[in-house]
Amino acid sequence: MHESLLIYKKFKYLKLTLTTVILSVVLYLYHSPIGSPNGGTWLGYTLGTTAALIMFWLAWFGARKRSYKKSKGNLEEWASAHVYLGLALVVISTLHSGFQFGLNIHTILYFLMMIVIISGIIGVYFYLKFPRLITKNRNGLTTEMMLNQITEIDEDIRELSMSLDDFTVDLMTKAIEETVIGKSFIIKLRGVDPDCPTTLARKHLRETFFSENKKTAEQLLSKLTRKEKILHQLRKDLKMRSLLQIWLYIHVPFTFAALAALVIHIFSVFYYW
Amino acid sequence: MAETYKVAIIGSGPAGSSAAARAAKLGMSHILIERQDHISDTIFKYQKGKFVMSTPDFLPLRSDLNFQAGKREEILDVWNNGLENCEVNVKFNAEVTNIKKEKNFTITYADGETCEAENVILSIGLQGNINKLPCEGAELPLVQYQLDDPEEYEAETIIIIGAGDAAIENAVALSKQNTVIIVNRRAEFARAKQGNLSLITEAIEKGNVEAYYESSPIKVEKDSITLKTADGEAKVPCDRIIARLGASAPRRFVESCGVDFPDKEELKKDPKKRPDPRVLPEVSAQYESNVPGLFIIGALGGYPLIKQAMNQGYEVVEYIGGNKIPPADEPLLVEKFSALNNQNVDDVLETIRKNLPIFAKLNTLLLREAILESNVHAFKKGDTIFKRNDYSNTFYTIYDGEVGILVDPNDPSQVVILDQGNFFGEMGLISGRRRAATVKAITNCIVFETPRRTMLKLIQSVESVKDNLDKVSMLRQIQTHLAPGVDASDLQELIETAEIENFSAGDVIFNQGDEGDHMHLIRSGSCTVSVKVGGKDVVLSYVPSGNYIGEMALLSDQPRSATVKAAHNTQTIRLTGKAFKDVLKKNSGIKNSVEKKFKERISQNEKMEGQPEAGNIIQFLIEQGVGEGTDVLLIDETLCIHCDNCEKACAETHGGLSRLNREAGPSYASIHVPTSCRHCEHPHCMADCPPDAIHRAPDGEVFIDDSCIGCGNCERNCPYGVIQLAAPPPERFNLFSWLLFNKGPPPGDLRKSADYKNKKKKDENQIKQAVKCDMCKDIEGGASCVRACPTGAAARVSPEEFMSMTSLTS
Repeated sequence: MHESLLIYKKFKYLKLTLTTVILSVVLYLYHSPIGSPNGGTWLGYTLGTTAALIMFWLAWFGARKRSYKKSKGNLEEWASAHVYLGLALVVISTLHSGFQFGLNIHTILYFLMMIVIISGIIGVYFYLKFPRLITKNRNGLTTEMMLNQITEIDEDIRELSMSLDDFTVDLMTKAIEETVIGKSFIIKLRGVDPDCPTTLARKHLRETFFSENKKTAEQLLSKLTRKEKILHQLRKDLKMRSLLQIWLYIHVPFTFAALAALVIHIFSVFYYW
Repeated sequence: MAETYKVAIIGSGPAGSSAAARAAKLGMSHILIERQDHISDTIFKYQKGKFVMSTPDFLPLRSDLNFQAGKREEILDVWNNGLENCEVNVKFNAEVTNIKKEKNFTITYADGETCEAENVILSIGLQGNINKLPCEGAELPLVQYQLDDPEEYEAETIIIIGAGDAAIENAVALSKQNTVIIVNRRAEFARAKQGNLSLITEAIEKGNVEAYYESSPIKVEKDSITLKTADGEAKVPCDRIIARLGASAPRRFVESCGVDFPDKEELKKDPKKRPDPRVLPEVSAQYESNVPGLFIIGALGGYPLIKQAMNQGYEVVEYIGGNKIPPADEPLLVEKFSALNNQNVDDVLETIRKNLPIFAKLNTLLLREAILESNVHAFKKGDTIFKRNDYSNTFYTIYDGEVGILVDPNDPSQVVILDQGNFFGEMGLISGRRRAATVKAITNCIVFETPRRTMLKLIQSVESVKDNLDKVSMLRQIQTHLAPGVDASDLQELIETAEIENFSAGDVIFNQGDEGDHMHLIRSGSCTVSVKVGGKDVVLSYVPSGNYIGEMALLSDQPRSATVKAAHNTQTIRLTGKAFKDVLKKNSGIKNSVEKKFKERISQNEKMEGQPEAGNIIQFLIEQGVGEGTDVLLIDETLCIHCDNCEKACAETHGGLSRLNREAGPSYASIHVPTSCRHCEHPHCMADCPPDAIHRAPDGEVFIDDSCIGCGNCERNCPYGVIQLAAPPPERFNLFSWLLFNKGPPPGDLRKSADYKNKKKKDENQIKQAVKCDMCKDIEGGASCVRACPTGAAARVSPEEFMSMTSLTS
């Protein structure tokens, strides 16, 4: 019933890609142009045109993904084709270049495109890896449920800490009010907050000796430990969900850059003919 | 000698007032007699500000008094003014104690005075005879039998007695500023409407109302009530007791006027039997009782709806005046019957009653109503009436001609012919599933198509309809699912000993180890089969309706090898073992197919016992109510990248409001059941929709149309929380207008956008409508949530397919 985009319809698009790639390689080997292989031969134009069309089509995925009402078919099919045809570009465009690289717009286009493709490969890897880990880490809870649990624990902490000294109360209040889950970009990606007020509060509590209120302190400690555990879970969750998106911050801008370079590449080739 | 009126009208409710107004308009000498000092006491006693509906909408109003849906106060004002304008002769504060017929009727009042009339219209309703507390102290001042304004009371301890709609409405309204205890004679609130049931359940769960179940009052004192509860007697101090125990026909009074009740003979035969309070006197088409000149209209005649009662008042006075006018719905029926070569309405109705056994015992008014709500179709020879696997659930009766049921999808020559008077389409109605066979017109024919809601109402309220339907459908279900090709005569004993049984979710149909002397054919709902392994239940399979269970113990003469439980509300036909074995003896073909199934089941059970995880998934899905769905959205968590494109797609295809919450909802073994409509076999949301706005589309989608009035019943009735009430969304623009010019809200769910929140704040009082998943029925290509999933994690599945062994163990 459920089928991963990589194996969609019995690897339909992998087969299509392999056919295209093998065909290109065979033609490349068979073809003996005058001089070294380059983009200006009949094969060079053919490969170049194919690669350019594929690139525009791949970029259109962004619009297709957001066209919910009008488009027919399903997005998974597009995604499956997007992944495999994207990979095909590596071979097709390299052959199109005839392995001629230099300090020019053409090579810039090639590298921009490779960045897009590599970020895409990383994206696919993340897509394969994280969904399972997210499920495992959540352990049947939703983000909202975990946040609700924290709210409940916070209430307990507030109540329990009331009988303790001012310094401790202050630390506990900080633990309640200043604990943030995705404080900064870096912390989001690390999945750990080294300065987490809850951790600090727990450490303080463990190191302090309470002659009175020992029982309260112990209860408080157990609450803080429990909260830390949920925080850890939430941060790990956020980290993985961020990674599922972060590669797009490279993939998408570089796509636009590559498209711009592609237009310039085509224009300059014909302009300086 | 008192004056002799042409007509005396007793009771000034909608029926009586309308009759009096007509009589006054016709210049007929009349008197309208009312026990109270105001008209229409039942409506007068409605909760303050109560909104009174004017159903049935299709029926035109025929009265000299005006009536439109509106507040109680407005309606009473209109009637008071109307009666005044017509110069109706009203006698207030006059209780009638006796009506005697000689040549004329002599009406005696409580003060001994009398008057005479040639005709009497009895329109006293039922509420004049409210059921009192059946215990000592029922008349003490702290006991009341109505509630005018719940806001009037605060900080009191109020005991509500009763479990019907009125009791629940009162309890919930009063609980806002009082301590409320509701006393229910039974263990649950079974009599109430679904919407009220949810209200009271929620109030009890939240602790706003305390409930005493299986309790009844035994004594009322000046500041307390003593209750008999399951744990013994309890004296509860209170400030006020409100008893809402319904009302019944004032039978003794009506009988003293000489009017017969239809169960009179039965009661004579069995003097110990108590009269059923629901039984009402029988009347002719002109509402005349067995006493000539004595007419009964309104709730006492079986018609509790205001508009019907008013029309009856008008018609009956016209009739007395010598003008036999047809009922108000006559033109509508004439139009309905236009396909029947303009036959006379009365003739058609008579033919229906004579030739269509299922409708034979309906009284004229019920029959007219049922036919009005039905469609009359004239099919040409060879026309398809419905196709196998269509998702429609209307009920058909053959008025004229013949239809054929194509019982075998692979062999079109196997046709069962039904002729005049037979019905078909009942299987879809009962099971809530797709049509089991294609039906075609064999000759030119005329059939009535009755909607599901009308049929369910008839089944519930008219015993003969239910009996007739059960008997015929039982035979057909056995023939379809268990004994194909076996003649009805060979199944006679099996059918005669069969019984229909009902089970609620989780009820045990039979237990592992029980003696197996019977089997069940599942008519509607579904079951799970499980065995105990090491003290733990291991689920072996999910069995949907249309299958039989319990044949294994019968065939092997061993105790039950597994426990079968109802997955949700389930109805089965219980077949006795002996009769079934006799059928097998005579029919080797069936014996072979049952034995084949038996072997399949044994090998399947063995396999499933080795794969407890697959069974656990079934158990999990059943717990989520997936078993009663027909099309469920399931997300594979190993593939879901949490991009929410499904929600965005849903929002985008439905004006900006997603009907699906991906993250909410439980998961098990990587299968996530998001909060989204599963298009139940018997949709809970449909159960109580006042404008009948919820329908099932031919492909199975349950959807809400624009006639929704935003009452919220469906939202409350849905056990899965997939219906929301939402204000209409703001205007949207296309992707590039938003991307380049920041026009309109961003794609996706509007609830997250500032535009919508601002708009919502501004239009706080805007009318909301219920919204839910309609499976994108108006969009080509199917559900947009599934189509928009980039990784293939979202899939819509039929539970039957998904919970099959091949799907779970592959």
